[in-house]
Amino acid sequence: MERKPGPVGGASLFSMKDREYGDTMPQKCPHIPHVFKVIERMPESLIAIMDALPYLLQGSMVTLVVVVGAMGLGFALGAPLAVGQVYGHPALRRFIAVYVWFFRGIPLLVFLFLFYFGLCTAFDINLSAFAVAIIVLGLISSAYQSQIFRGAILSLPEGQFKAARALGMSDFKAISFIILPQALRLSIPGWSNEYSILLKDSAVTYALGVAEIMARAHFVATRTYQHLPLYFAAGVIFLVLTWVGTKGLRLLEERARIPGYSPKGL
Amino acid sequence: MTAPILRIENISKRYGKKDVLKGASFDVLKGDLKILIGPSGAGKSTLLQCINFLVKPDEGRIWLDEQEVHYAHKRDLCAYRQKVGMIFQDFNLFDHLTALENVRIGMVRVKGMGKAEAGERAVMELERVGLREHMQKYPAQLSGGQKQRVSIARALAMDPKVMLLDEPTSALDPELIGEVHAVIRDLGNNGMTMIMATHQIGFASSLASEIVFMEDGRILERGTPDKIFNHAENARTREFCSKITELYGERG
Repeated sequence: MERKPGPVGGASLFSMKDREYGDTMPQKCPHIPHVFKVIERMPESLIAIMDALPYLLQGSMVTLVVVVGAMGLGFALGAPLAVGQVYGHPALRRFIAVYVWFFRGIPLLVFLFLFYFGLCTAFDINLSAFAVAIIVLGLISSAYQSQIFRGAILSLPEGQFKAARALGMSDFKAISFIILPQALRLSIPGWSNEYSILLKDSAVTYALGVAEIMARAHFVATRTYQHLPLYFAAGVIFLVLTWVGTKGLRLLEERARIPGYSPKGL
Repeated sequence: MTAPILRIENISKRYGKKDVLKGASFDVLKGDLKILIGPSGAGKSTLLQCINFLVKPDEGRIWLDEQEVHYAHKRDLCAYRQKVGMIFQDFNLFDHLTALENVRIGMVRVKGMGKAEAGERAVMELERVGLREHMQKYPAQLSGGQKQRVSIARALAMDPKVMLLDEPTSALDPELIGEVHAVIRDLGNNGMTMIMATHQIGFASSLASEIVFMEDGRILERGTPDKIFNHAENARTREFCSKITELYGERG
């Protein structure tokens, strides 16, 4: 039996090699030989992964820069937002609540397209896809991070702020030197959650053409027809990055821990 | 008669429909130890917190050293609070800082002193309350009595003119009350001006220059410990004093 190879974009998993193995395949139960084929082609798959690995790992650097940049931006915006939402003027609080609702309520992909293809084109802003990815992920993350910090601030005893004021600290000093150092410590577990979510969300930016892990895996896969090994490799790289990141944040949590003082619920 | 160091006039505070303070006034002379007594809900704690504006009074004026405090001006308010030390019932030490850092932070962040200089002063204050060897410990590693002594050292390091003590020993185990009382007694002997709310009648009567009996947001009666505890004019004062004497004994 001879099949024609499908078009490149819509290539099914085995479409290319079906021609070579087609004659030996029993016709009635097509799934079982597929399993054999996957196993049979393991060495080939490994070679495909090895070949693509340096290229994918370069992509993981791009992914990491996007994630770290977005987390940094999210932190820089999220911490003041949280403070504003807890201690701010009622009008400011309402504004922040709307901000959070806005950035948590619209899907990432919609935002990326809106920003990159919409706003940047409409206002003639010359930003790279890479920069847009960091900005959009950072803005969305700031909404989530603000809620992590807000919860941590609210969990601190009221007396901490009172005692700081009683010493003659302005509210700004009390927040900077007393409230935030404690609240940020309590935020680290929530923060490591945010990291793993951002890491995975960053894969969506491939839709803008950011050369991160997913984009590169997709690029190689569609050209070599090695979809299974390449997406598998991409998934493993993401898993490793998640593990490394959460481990790192766990270490930070240990280091920042105050002797004899553990966050509530621990 | 010398001018009072602290003068409060007609302080009132209401929460919703409830009047918590109905116009409390008194003068405090330098070196006075004024003790506020009265049942829970009498407004003692609210009054103390109104004095340094942790609770904003609805009415009333306060003078420190004959200068009226304009608490709406943030800078004036912060300057005033530096001169009025506050001791809380539940200590409120900064949980992320060691005992030393707790005492030092006000000097560094509020007074703008250098870390080294402030550190030396902090060690001195901790020594004064007998905690020099515990200065590297975090609040969670200290006993209640030690925490309260650190908080006293923290307030003293700011060189306050007046100290406000809001039931400083009522969250403590009976065994630990003595060590805190000793520190307060020592402060009194060194001429510190203090206003303290407490239920420790024995301690109060041995040290107070004046006892102020409060109930229901009002000052009902005031006088020397002997007058309040033995010859009170108001029937309610007598009733309260006899009950509390039974509970806490003659000696604190």
